[in-house]
Amino acid sequence: MARRCVQGEETIMIRWRNGAAALAALTAGFVSEAFAGTGQPSPWQVGMQTPVTESAIFLNNMHDGVNIVIALISLFVLALLIIVIFRFKEKANPVPSKTTHHTGLEIAWTLIPALILVGISIPSFRLLKMQIELPKADITVKAVGHQWYWSYEYPQDQGGGFGYDSYVLDPEGAKKANQPNLLAVDNELVLPAGKTVVVQVVGQDVIHNFAVPSFGIRMDAIPGRLNQTWFKTDVEGLYYGQCSRLCGANHAFMPIAVRIVSPEKYAAWLVDAKKKYAEIDAKPVQVAAE
Amino acid sequence: MYLIFAIIAGLVGGFLSIMMRLELAEPGLQYFSNPQTYNVFVTGHGLIMVFFVVMPAVIGGYGNWFVPLMIGAPDMAFPRMNNISFWLLPASLSLLLISLFVEGAPGSNGFGGGWTVYPPLSTMGHPGPALDFGILSLHLAGASSILGAINFITTILNMRAPGMTMHKMPLFAWALLVTAFLLLLSLPVLAGAITMLLTDRNFGTSFFDPTNGGDPILYQHLFWFFGHPEVYIMILPGFGIVSHIISTFSKKPIFGYLGMAYAMVAIGAVGFIVWAHHMYTAGLALNTQRYFVFATMVIAVPTGVKIFSWIATMWGGSIRFSAAMHWAMGFIFLFTVGGVTGVVLSNAGLDRNLHNTYYVVAHFHYVLSLGAVFSIFAAWYYWFPKMSGRIIPEWIGKLHFWVAFIGANILFFPMHFTGLAGMPRHYVDYPEAFAGWNKISSYGSYIFAFGLLIFFFGIFKAFMSPVRAANSPWGEGATTLEWSLTSPPPHHQFETLPHISGDGH
Repeated sequence: MARRCVQGEETIMIRWRNGAAALAALTAGFVSEAFAGTGQPSPWQVGMQTPVTESAIFLNNMHDGVNIVIALISLFVLALLIIVIFRFKEKANPVPSKTTHHTGLEIAWTLIPALILVGISIPSFRLLKMQIELPKADITVKAVGHQWYWSYEYPQDQGGGFGYDSYVLDPEGAKKANQPNLLAVDNELVLPAGKTVVVQVVGQDVIHNFAVPSFGIRMDAIPGRLNQTWFKTDVEGLYYGQCSRLCGANHAFMPIAVRIVSPEKYAAWLVDAKKKYAEIDAKPVQVAAE
Repeated sequence: MYLIFAIIAGLVGGFLSIMMRLELAEPGLQYFSNPQTYNVFVTGHGLIMVFFVVMPAVIGGYGNWFVPLMIGAPDMAFPRMNNISFWLLPASLSLLLISLFVEGAPGSNGFGGGWTVYPPLSTMGHPGPALDFGILSLHLAGASSILGAINFITTILNMRAPGMTMHKMPLFAWALLVTAFLLLLSLPVLAGAITMLLTDRNFGTSFFDPTNGGDPILYQHLFWFFGHPEVYIMILPGFGIVSHIISTFSKKPIFGYLGMAYAMVAIGAVGFIVWAHHMYTAGLALNTQRYFVFATMVIAVPTGVKIFSWIATMWGGSIRFSAAMHWAMGFIFLFTVGGVTGVVLSNAGLDRNLHNTYYVVAHFHYVLSLGAVFSIFAAWYYWFPKMSGRIIPEWIGKLHFWVAFIGANILFFPMHFTGLAGMPRHYVDYPEAFAGWNKISSYGSYIFAFGLLIFFFGIFKAFMSPVRAANSPWGEGATTLEWSLTSPPPHHQFETLPHISGDGH
């Protein structure tokens, strides 16, 4: 059922792109790829960011399908209201009917919505399973939320054994780096394309949330609790996310930036990073988390 | 008194939200030099709107006025308890307002952890006494609501006029009965949770402190066990109000009365077993999330029954488009929009990309701001003649409706877009890309605020004008008992008990 929805959606999309996509998207609240940013939002965007992992693509397609269903339901209710307004206004219908029951109708509007919901729940449960069940990890990294920055740790047995902090860049810094303000960070989380990455998420002080919309992942970083989520993408690039759990004054200023590079580049980066952060570690990183 | 209180609190809550929209109109920090102050405003807006505007208005205000009238009782069962219940509210609001001005997080005043008050941000994150004031404020507001709930249950179960069986009782009374049960069962859980928070903060306990074996997630479960029924507490009375208005102005009895009454009971009951859909990203187990997806979706069914029954009530009717009817019909459509986005969010898989984004903000403002608040205004224009004996000119109510309808949609609809694009909640500042829709949202909020001026002008006009309201100004469609009395009703209504023979509803 999901597949069918998705195909229908695609034909509609093509027609729209030829037509007045902006207007149609505006009125119906639809996803139009022309608007969607990859790894970051774009101005006047009306849909989700372009997905780059299997589960995020599933998520986006399912959302497109469900979006059509809910738009149709809303329009159906609106249409009924408009019919009622014109057909049954005082002037058009001076004598009100006395009908107060219609068993068939009442059963219908109980059963049909229930069936629609069952229809939605089938892809929904598949998506949920895909997100929650962790596959075997090629790489495991740990993301720790602090007030108000992230720190990332790479385990020893995968060529890592170091960790570093990742802070938001100030507006000038972001401009210099030619990256969007409030999304750009000083030290990105670097990971390879084509590998299954499991991210362990934990909070150091209060609850934070590690979210990357293009990957379709969002996980609370809770003190005293090790949460895990995963992703795998083949598309190299820079993907931003933002802390998504109110965590105090600078909640809006602790973005997440993940740079996906080729496995070769990743191996090279790993060697460099190990050297670079080992030196910084001389001034212990942990102090920041006092 | 409850209504006047709600209007005053509404002005405070509205002021906070306009400040938020002013800040968010442009990227960068304009009005809030300290981002924590913005968080405090968000928290204050949420708590005030929930506990001091919507609840006092629909339950305290309309409930206490019209439930006894509709069921033919002389007054509520316990008038003195009602009095305490009211006077706890100003005390509670004062505590909350004091909380805005004492130290919370280091270096700033007020509590800025959101209306959900999640620890550890609410424990170690805010060492100052601001939240202690906040917790005591919620305790008082909760006590007030519990007393009110006891009063409603006793009144409705024991004081119906002879002949008014439960199945003949007006839907507003049904709505308040269900609401009262929700209050009675859910508020003690909130009270427990915030008491644990209080002792965690001040007396060295560690219910929610992981370094001493506590669990922050426990608080989330407790909070949402209250928090989810709470949203139905705010909307169910609105369901009742809208039913009466639709029926009155269609000059038809309500369609599928029993279905409507039991849909509310079902919504109330199921509302208790869906709480963890607010916690899909907390790392719950797969099967737990599956269950909450399923249970949450179930709620859409009785809600759909209500929407379609309202339309069926109008179908075949002879509809008079009064101001109250405008608001009620606006409610039906906007609540539908808010309802279907709820179906999207109920899917844990989809929620993965929407949790804590502006999509959620759009969703709950469509059901609460455009739902509950529209029902409050609908009831205002419907019952104002009965309550005051005066008349608000119809054109004022209609103008207010159109300004509010347009303003609120411009305000909240773009939030779906920013939410889908990934803009998180509680953000004082945002990347450039979100600027466009935020600007439009802010314009919408100014339009909605202008509508409030029209609202106050309507009250002013009504009290300046010599015109007095008839006993039953809405004509033949108004069949509930309150319209059989004078406007306003005498101090001891129903000196002789009315007898109900035909259909009570």
